[in-house]
Amino acid sequence: MEEFAALLDRLVLTPSRNGKLTLLSDYFRDTPDPDRGLALAAITGDLNIANVKPAMLRTLIAERMDEQLFAYSYDYVGDLAETISLVWSSDEPLRSNSVPTLGDVVTALERASRSDAVRMVEKWLDQLDASARYALLKLVTGGMRIGVSARLAKQALAQFGQVDVTEIEELWHGLTPPYQPLFAWLEKSAEKPESLSAAPFRPVMLSTPLEEPDYSRINAGEYVAEWKWDGIRVQLTSERGQRRIYSRTGDDISHAFPDIADYMTFEGTLDGELLVARSGDNEMEIGAFGDLQQRLNRKTVSARQLESHPAFVRLYDLLVDGGDDIRTLPFIERRTRLEAFAKQLEPTRFDLSPLIAYDHFDDLVELRKTPPHPIIEGLMLKQRSSTYVPGRPKGPWFKWKRDPFIIDAVLVYAQRGHGKRSSYYSDYTFAVWTGPETEPHLVPVGKAYFGFTDEELKQLDAFVRNNTTERFGPVRSVRAEPQHGLVLEVAFEGLNRSKRHKSGVAMRFPRISRLRWDKPPIEADRLETLEAMLRDDQPLV
Amino acid sequence: MHSAIIVGLAFLPVTPSLMVSLSNHAQKQCKIVTYKDCMELNPPYVRSMFGKHGTERNISLVKRPEELLRSTPAGLYSPAGDFYIDPIRPVERALITHGHSDHARSGHRKVMATQQTLDIMALRYGADFAGETQAAELGQTTGLNGVTISFHPAGHVLGSAQIAVEKDGMRIVASGDYKRASDPTCLGFEPIACNVFITEATFALPVFRHPDSRDEMAKLLKSVEQFPERSHLVGAYALGKAQRVIRLLRDAGYDQTIYIHGALAKLCDYYETQGIKLGPLAPATLEKDSAPDFAGTIVVGPPSAFQDRWARRFPDPVSCFASGWMRIRQRARQGGVELPIILSDHCDWDELTQTITELDPEQVWVTHGREEALVRWCDLNGYSARPLHLVGYEDEGD
Repeated sequence: MEEFAALLDRLVLTPSRNGKLTLLSDYFRDTPDPDRGLALAAITGDLNIANVKPAMLRTLIAERMDEQLFAYSYDYVGDLAETISLVWSSDEPLRSNSVPTLGDVVTALERASRSDAVRMVEKWLDQLDASARYALLKLVTGGMRIGVSARLAKQALAQFGQVDVTEIEELWHGLTPPYQPLFAWLEKSAEKPESLSAAPFRPVMLSTPLEEPDYSRINAGEYVAEWKWDGIRVQLTSERGQRRIYSRTGDDISHAFPDIADYMTFEGTLDGELLVARSGDNEMEIGAFGDLQQRLNRKTVSARQLESHPAFVRLYDLLVDGGDDIRTLPFIERRTRLEAFAKQLEPTRFDLSPLIAYDHFDDLVELRKTPPHPIIEGLMLKQRSSTYVPGRPKGPWFKWKRDPFIIDAVLVYAQRGHGKRSSYYSDYTFAVWTGPETEPHLVPVGKAYFGFTDEELKQLDAFVRNNTTERFGPVRSVRAEPQHGLVLEVAFEGLNRSKRHKSGVAMRFPRISRLRWDKPPIEADRLETLEAMLRDDQPLV
Repeated sequence: MHSAIIVGLAFLPVTPSLMVSLSNHAQKQCKIVTYKDCMELNPPYVRSMFGKHGTERNISLVKRPEELLRSTPAGLYSPAGDFYIDPIRPVERALITHGHSDHARSGHRKVMATQQTLDIMALRYGADFAGETQAAELGQTTGLNGVTISFHPAGHVLGSAQIAVEKDGMRIVASGDYKRASDPTCLGFEPIACNVFITEATFALPVFRHPDSRDEMAKLLKSVEQFPERSHLVGAYALGKAQRVIRLLRDAGYDQTIYIHGALAKLCDYYETQGIKLGPLAPATLEKDSAPDFAGTIVVGPPSAFQDRWARRFPDPVSCFASGWMRIRQRARQGGVELPIILSDHCDWDELTQTITELDPEQVWVTHGREEALVRWCDLNGYSARPLHLVGYEDEGD
């Protein structure tokens, strides 16, 4: 339990991705089975143990200490599990041979009822040190919240075993905690486990951005064109009665989309874009990304949402047709099989992403400028002969995104960064003008922390330090007056209405594209410019 | 009407029943009466309020302790002896417990402190930091306007002392800042029996329990091993904490050069002259003609420096902070600390409560920090306690 606790302590406070990967892969190397596998499951959310409610923990601590002193402590710390882990003291001195391992804890909790679990937790709290008590309480209350996604954990496994992460993703859904065969394979002491389960994830094929030197490669004889839809990429797989909807990183998101899963009556594996529709008076219309967000990251989905924001999948590709793995066939043959395959599917849930006819590259230039639907992000160009391979090979598939939206905004607040950037003011809040022309004021419209070079970061940081007007902890507000301040050119992918922001708009994927030292702040854009970019019929997010 | 009647050494909140009983005995003004007077009037109430010290021995002390020491805007003042302890404004005569800047300020006319504290003040403020100085020998008594004064080790930092003041059989100990945990860079705390004990309350919550310093150093050294391509920046206060971290690293077997921020140099040199060996140290500065390479090293500096441009010379630093506050994860997270090192020069909760139990004073005055929790503990355990509202001290410093 101590090693697991030490790992959590470090992970919580390590901002850098590489740092987390090192901590995790070192832990996998140094920790024996089954603890390392159980820790992995705890992090990926695949551990199935009895939950203890916070109220039960409060009762436990009330039996042990003065309520007033606990209240002072909880007020100060702010987190129940952490407060209890810190104030807990046991009458018996710690005996090292009585300290439970993570394996002991999980095995006992798997079999326990909720009320038994509380008594076990009490006993363990007496045996563990503060850091391990915290880990235990996080484990039994569910929700680790340590800033490590399942994806990152798999990446760490890949680093630990020096294999490609796609190999892990492919195996993952056939494995169960504590993953001994997986670790044995990663340590080269056993063969790669076979993926035995039905409907495994098949690592997806990704594209690279199309850049100028490659324009000459694109011609109608070699590449087909398709729209790039702005939803979430999914893989639908249905085998021997097992149906699963995977995200492109192999997370199983089936539970959030029963309206798709219910209609997966086929046998095979499809690649497509998950979109949501909005039910209008008499017809369905594709919703914006904001509509899709209503359906994401939910454990369960309500009947009302199923009706107001029904999901459907726009199909790109067919990987497995019946029992036949066709990933090694050329794209154009898979496409023919996909078109035939799609005919058997429920038309309100599945449709084909159409191929776009073009003669010359110049036609594509025009198409990219004027896409027929606002949720098109750009164009996809796929080589006719391309086989379906995992990862991001350069050449077979290109994405050619629409140009971003651009506005000029004024820097108003800057916040210190983390890790490598902790001595820099590197997170910038920017604003546009609003109010009467004669008496305009600034309203913040977004925040960005990348897009600039290291050299520009130094200049920005110096500007912030030399023009600070107020400080609030790690945040500084900077001079932003009509004739004095810094104008930032901000690029972004889209705009949503927002009730949460004072300006009423929220940007997607904003980044600093240029520093406009030459421009006086008064010449930055006005809020009206942004409002004009919104589609009038967009719903509130 | 006043809300309390002062009896011997304790405060007795006035209830209607006691007031009625007292009305034919005393006036409605606040008045000093004896414990015996009250016991005659309403014994059960008085017993319940006085706790375990509700005994006859209080009566022998006719003076209020406030005549010996009381809190004033300039700091803790002795009306009887006409001096201040750790005043926050320039005064005629100051007794200083230790060299931290919120306790030891420059500009007093006469300063009395341990020789080490005087040396540290001279290092920080220049030799002319006071008009006149007087070195206090630990354990020796001195008279000052009829008040007896003595200095005793507090275990906080090098040179730190508790100050005991005594007159007419009443002794108050002002502990300044103190700790009970072992520290290879200063003398350990010496318990001094007293009537009133003035305690700090920096970490006076049951959540604060400082772990063994050796385990904390092991944590740091493990991380240095785990991330050899990065430098470890250890934030530690320039006086005391920094030298303690360095000394503890040496005790843990770390013999590489430790790089230090310029603000530490003079104090580290001074520690060496006092017999505290810190091993090989080098300034964490950049040579003009050589590429900086601090990968794999430990760098110690004041916490504020790590948010400054100074920190940019280090390759992908792991930011560490050596402080009792690091016990709380959220505190570490807010400060952008990647590796918290729980190491404090103040008492934790157990040390505070053990010290009070051990000294068994008639009254406890609680100052800078989380006074309410310690006062609550005193109430629960039968000690008469009250917060002493002193201003001007950093209750966050550690």
